[in-house]
Amino acid sequence: MRTRATRGVLLALLPSSVLAGCTGWQSAFDAQGASAISIKQLMVLMVVICSVVWALVIAVLIRALWRGREQVERSIGPDPVIERRTARVVVAAVTATVIVLAVFTVVSFFTTRALTLAGHDDLTIKVRGQQWWWGLEYLGPTPDERFETANEIHIPVGRNVRLQLEGIDVIHSLWVPGLAGKQDLIPGRRNELTLRAERPGAYRGQCSEFCGLQHAHMALLVIAEQQETFDQWMRSQRERATDPSDAEIAAGQQVFLSRPCAACHAIRGTSATGTNGPDLTHVGGRRYIAAGLLETTRGSLAAWISDPQTLKPGNNMPMVALSADELRSVSAYLASLK
Amino acid sequence: MKTRVVADFSGLPIHGFRSASVTWWGTLAFMLIEATGFALVIAVYLYLMNLAAIWPIDAPKPNLLPGTLVTVILLVSAIPNYLTSRWAEREDFRRIRIGMVLMSVLGTVPLAVRAFEFPALNVNWDSNAYGSVVWALLGLHTAHLITDLVDTLVLAALMFTRKGDNVRRFGDVQDNAMYWNFVVVTWLPIYGCIYWIPRL
Amino acid sequence: MSEVKPDTRDSELAPPALAAALAETWRTPVGLWGVLAAVDHKIIARRYIVTAFAFLALGGVLALLMRLQLAQPEARVLSPDRYNQIFTMHGTNMMFLFAVPVMEAMGVYLVPLMVGTRNIAFPRLNAFSYWIFLAGGALLWIAFVLDMAPDVGWFAYVPLSGPQYGAGKRADIWAQMITFTEIAALAVAVEIVVTVLKQRAPGMSLDRIPLFVWSMLVTSFVVIMAMPAIVFASTSLILDRLVGTHFFNPAEGGDVLLWQHLFWFFGHPEVYIIFLPAVGMVSAIIETFARRPVFGYLAMVMALIATSILAFGLWVHHMFVTGLPRLGQSFFTASSMSIAIPAGVQVFCWLATLWDGAPVFRTPLLFVIGFIVTFVIGGLTGVMVASVPFDTQVHDTYFVVAHFHYVLIGGAVFPLLGGIYYWFPKITGRMMSETLGKCSFWLIFVGFNLTFFPMHILGLAGMPRRIYTYQPDMPWYGLNMFVSISSLVLVAGFLVFFIDAIRSTRVGVSAAENPWDAPTLEWATASPPPSYNFAEIPVVNGLSPLWDQPGCLMVASGLRTDRRELIVSTVAAAKPQVREASPRDSIWPFWAAVATTVMLIGSIFTPWAVVWGSVPVAIALIGWFWPKATPEDES
Repeated sequence: MRTRATRGVLLALLPSSVLAGCTGWQSAFDAQGASAISIKQLMVLMVVICSVVWALVIAVLIRALWRGREQVERSIGPDPVIERRTARVVVAAVTATVIVLAVFTVVSFFTTRALTLAGHDDLTIKVRGQQWWWGLEYLGPTPDERFETANEIHIPVGRNVRLQLEGIDVIHSLWVPGLAGKQDLIPGRRNELTLRAERPGAYRGQCSEFCGLQHAHMALLVIAEQQETFDQWMRSQRERATDPSDAEIAAGQQVFLSRPCAACHAIRGTSATGTNGPDLTHVGGRRYIAAGLLETTRGSLAAWISDPQTLKPGNNMPMVALSADELRSVSAYLASLK
Repeated sequence: MKTRVVADFSGLPIHGFRSASVTWWGTLAFMLIEATGFALVIAVYLYLMNLAAIWPIDAPKPNLLPGTLVTVILLVSAIPNYLTSRWAEREDFRRIRIGMVLMSVLGTVPLAVRAFEFPALNVNWDSNAYGSVVWALLGLHTAHLITDLVDTLVLAALMFTRKGDNVRRFGDVQDNAMYWNFVVVTWLPIYGCIYWIPRL
Repeated sequence: MSEVKPDTRDSELAPPALAAALAETWRTPVGLWGVLAAVDHKIIARRYIVTAFAFLALGGVLALLMRLQLAQPEARVLSPDRYNQIFTMHGTNMMFLFAVPVMEAMGVYLVPLMVGTRNIAFPRLNAFSYWIFLAGGALLWIAFVLDMAPDVGWFAYVPLSGPQYGAGKRADIWAQMITFTEIAALAVAVEIVVTVLKQRAPGMSLDRIPLFVWSMLVTSFVVIMAMPAIVFASTSLILDRLVGTHFFNPAEGGDVLLWQHLFWFFGHPEVYIIFLPAVGMVSAIIETFARRPVFGYLAMVMALIATSILAFGLWVHHMFVTGLPRLGQSFFTASSMSIAIPAGVQVFCWLATLWDGAPVFRTPLLFVIGFIVTFVIGGLTGVMVASVPFDTQVHDTYFVVAHFHYVLIGGAVFPLLGGIYYWFPKITGRMMSETLGKCSFWLIFVGFNLTFFPMHILGLAGMPRRIYTYQPDMPWYGLNMFVSISSLVLVAGFLVFFIDAIRSTRVGVSAAENPWDAPTLEWATASPPPSYNFAEIPVVNGLSPLWDQPGCLMVASGLRTDRRELIVSTVAAAKPQVREASPRDSIWPFWAAVATTVMLIGSIFTPWAVVWGSVPVAIALIGWFWPKATPEDES
């Protein structure tokens, strides 16, 4: 009996011990946000209690089967005295079940209430989920403080950040497990999600509502940084794109503006104002391109531009035929947009 | 396995009416399915209404006349329907024939008026969600009208064949009458929903 | 073959002559005509079961393909398009073409036998139901072969499945396949409800109904109340796609979440449509192999009914992250948790039965033990996801994939396999192999847990569902590879099961009437049962008729042998009312199904198909119901 119970507890602890080994930067166990931390506490509580319940049931099952082996053939009908005693045990077990469930309901209710909710004064970011990337608009008190970016959310550590969630085409779901639970982005509806990182770091998230062909490649990164670093980042993001610093980059800009690129992408400070694709004003400063697909380097930009349909089949970026020189210069240009 | 005869059922009738008939229970079960369907569409109507800023969406209120006419005819038809069912129970073959002819007529007339109900909705199914849901409600009920009318016509025709004078047919007549009552009764909440909720 | 004279009573004939006369009256014709016109519930149910297991095997192949793709990061075994079709097919196939039909089919086979009647109520509707089910399954799989299979998930959320984003005919095929399977399921539900309420053996009052029959009755009511929601949902989806209605279009006053409400109002009860029959099987098996009646009969029945009612009050827990008001969410947390109470009652009663019984460890009982071990895990993770905050972390992740496979495989497929081992001798007249049975049990049990338990951890480690691949820098590679390899063990277990089943139909040991010494009426007739099930209608005066009077069955006489006759009895006390006729074979259900199929498939391409397609349907139905000059039409 005792050994089974011990095994049950060990089993309960198994997930966390296995996960301790994972440096999960997209893991509910590696909770670094206020919401994720309180949910994790709830999860640990429920997993432990449920494991004990399971172990008890299995212990009774084994004992019942073991007992039965010793018993002889069926007697003539169940004994009423034994039946009454069994009934009492069953009623007690049901009562215990009700109590455990009531505790879970109450704890879950209070955990929901305790989850932080950002107010209207807090930093607000509009997140637009679309096939298969994340459009971001940082809202400010005045229109000129607003700016567009994509796939990489920067937030200050220790402050509530309000995300306004909009589904542009189909339903998406924003999930950064290290910081908070998920919330859907639904066309025709407005949802909100509050993020609050307790420690600086990069937290990966991913769309978790099936959204079509490239649902698997719709990641985003939340970078939590100290207030000063964040303010500096925000200031630089508001700036228009840097002007080309050498001939190759200038040639790249020409390619970008003269080829179909500008029809879908915007680069503030140039004539490119397309809105179908991500804003590329500071694309070179983001860690990843194509919604978490590739780390941003000149090489990866070139690879992506030359053949987006092989790297992310079915995505909305067409293959634009460029010469080797054009490809080189345009990727140099984009990489320079820090 | 050895068997021991403990009862003799040779005296039992070989056909049962109403709750002693499996067909009656089957009809009831199908009515339960369809009532659930009607309730759901009405729930969808209320749900969409709840979301909309104004209701009806971009459309005038439906005209009352054709729908109300259908309601009156349906309610009136309940009387011969009840009588037909009673005659069937009494196995009065001549009256059953009369009742079935009458019910065939009273099934056709509301269907003819129904044709004027759709334009009286003043909205198309593809105009907006309001139009979609009222067309769905009306269409669903019309499908039931047609189904029961076909059933009535076939039964009425049967009554004028050799096979008509059979207690089993009389049971079918009763089940058909029960189903017609269902078609009439379910119309009332749908009528209220389509025509009167927008006027509240 | 003996001549059947008009109005011959069973009491006038000696047993061999009686059997011959009944066999002549209840005979299904041979040849193609017989195949198409059969209305014997056992023949239809056998077809249903075999077809459903064929779909299980196909769905398993799809699962293997997915595991092959997911074993490694950024694998290119399947294209994203094919993967999305495959996971959609896997879910749709397993839910609509395997799980629900197979459970209903077990009911179609067993319920008439267990209640002691000669055929199911509305046997022609039953035949129709099978053809429609087959057509729906064929539609889906032919579409898959043509690379036109739905790719929007088994839940087909709008707008992805809507007119704007769901290109081609893929989503229409999904929606119409739903219509097929729902018609089939609703038809069977009506038959079972009426069979249980009106065709029970004299004396089988409500408190003497076997628990499996209770579970099928309750399930059928859930089908009746839940399926209209998905019929309406899929129809309005088709209308949105085909004729431009706006039910789900937010730009024109429609709503995206309306789809989810409708889908889950059906979708959650769907789980219980699959699970409750399994619960009934568990009770039947435990009773027989623990050698005593199930403890707490009344509590078990109440738990079934409570589950079926609560099942309609918790659909919103599938929508905890859609941003619905928090107060509503708390209500649905409470209701979702509370369904664990009837589940607990049942588990405790089974444990009590085993505790006070003398268990015989044969394969069916092994599967039931495997059921308790795994289903309790699935139930407990179900309690976890009922909590809103917990759910926001695991919703749409592999944690949920693990959870519902524990519930559906652990909670339904294990009992089903146990049930197949248990009733196989009744259905085929031959026993399955104990050795292979134990072998398949252990492979399936171990393989299942090794495959699905790690998915809990994957989900918590951030792996979402329905992704066709993941990137090499995610820490999921090792566990995914482990899961993929483990799935081979699970497949091996199923292979052993299939081999055993196919082999045993030919070379299995011949089964006696009641090889397990079970207490219920299906074991009171030959294995396999004759076309008329019982030569004389059983009379019941207890819950375990075959245990109460070992070796002797009380029966009634006085039924005609020249007419397909069975007893209709009162709902509560099962007092005999009528010697009612049961319909003979008919080709019309087949033609009605063909006409319905043409109409439904036509409507994928043009709405007018509903108009011209309804004419042949009407003709077929008239042919179906038009009285024929048979003894059954006498009154």
